[in-house]
Amino acid sequence: MFDPAIIVPYLPTLIEGAGITFAVSILAILLGIPCGLALCFLRQSRGRAPATAAAVYISFFRGTPLLVQLLVFFYIPPAYGIELPAYLTAVAVLTMNTTAFQAEIFRGGLHAIPRGQVEAARMLGFTHGQVRRRVLVPQMLRVTLPALTNEAIDILKSSSLVSVIAVSELLRRGRQVAAATYHPLEAYAATALMYLLLVSLIAYAGRHAGRRLSLSR
Amino acid sequence: MPDESVTLRYAGRFLDGFLTTAWICGVSICAAVALGLALFLVRRLPFAPARWFYDGYVGLLRGTPFLIQIFLLYYGGPGLGLRLSATTTALIGLSVYGSAYFAEIFRAGFEAVPRGQVEAARMLGFDRGQILRNVELPQMAALIIPPSVNQCIILIKESAVLSVITVPELTTVATRVVSETFSFAEPYLLLALLYWLLVETTARGGRWLERATGRHLTTTKGLPP
Repeated sequence: MFDPAIIVPYLPTLIEGAGITFAVSILAILLGIPCGLALCFLRQSRGRAPATAAAVYISFFRGTPLLVQLLVFFYIPPAYGIELPAYLTAVAVLTMNTTAFQAEIFRGGLHAIPRGQVEAARMLGFTHGQVRRRVLVPQMLRVTLPALTNEAIDILKSSSLVSVIAVSELLRRGRQVAAATYHPLEAYAATALMYLLLVSLIAYAGRHAGRRLSLSR
Repeated sequence: MPDESVTLRYAGRFLDGFLTTAWICGVSICAAVALGLALFLVRRLPFAPARWFYDGYVGLLRGTPFLIQIFLLYYGGPGLGLRLSATTTALIGLSVYGSAYFAEIFRAGFEAVPRGQVEAARMLGFDRGQILRNVELPQMAALIIPPSVNQCIILIKESAVLSVITVPELTTVATRVVSETFSFAEPYLLLALLYWLLVETTARGGRWLERATGRHLTTTKGLPP
């Protein structure tokens, strides 16, 4: 029956896979922050064309499964002679995906900032760009921290899908261990446990940062 | 080379896949809502182990990727004497995964009902069941619609993952068409479009439902997202 000892020799490969999962997800999340902010402001912009383009982008990436996005960006470019390494595609697709979700998160954060602050900053002679950089963005990041933590957890879990396009991350390692040992139950249980640890780690870091950033009330 | 006729020739199979995705999602969502409500009621039981069970269940299902839950059930199940077909795995997996999220939505909905109302109802002689049916459920129903619709959309999108265990749903159909025709762009773009339509329709339906049920509410503030 269930025998956890079978997994022990494979722990190093699983831990390495967990490291890759973590690196790929964190990279996508961090790249997604500036992209998401830019997309959020583009969506709010007065220009009709850029605002519509931003809305279409957000609608596509939020309205289709990540797996489908991976298939689209992994298989279509090579069909037209554009070869990209799997890791690059994985990070790029995860980043494009999280950018859309983060843009919506930031939109919520933007609404939480009193309009008076923008007007006050304008009165003080700040330019549009300065208002964004100095007044809006720092507050948006602070207000949206819990939502960003959730998004990071989401991306970490969703990154398991890149195993489908031959990136050797945690879940793919888990599948290899399952195939090598003929004990899928133990292999996948160990893999699931590692995801749980990674998720808890991000949740803990988010709560810790939230405490440090919260205004003393 | 892109070839328009590919999509046309395989329209019937795409429709089959679409319908499979739709019914699997429909059944799973209903089951997930029922299971989520049951879980939430377990959490309200007045002893600690019930709460531990709830926290463990929700923590495990929300803390691991859906893909690995499917692998555990489909490939790990036989190790526990549980042999399931791909479609049964899909239905159970999606329902159980969804139930953890719906349970949390119910919890947030209940917490948004002011305590004073429950106390007032008890003062008026209502018993626990009556308070649940007549005071708490009707109020939370309107509050939980937006997050529930969101959750339905998430589950519809997650259902694409079921293609890895060859459930004959939409993504599986598209992948098979690709491997038969070596035409990538058309089937995958059509695939994205079909999901987008399904998700957008659900979102629109949700907004309509929100307006229709939320008329008596002055505000939905206080409901955690």
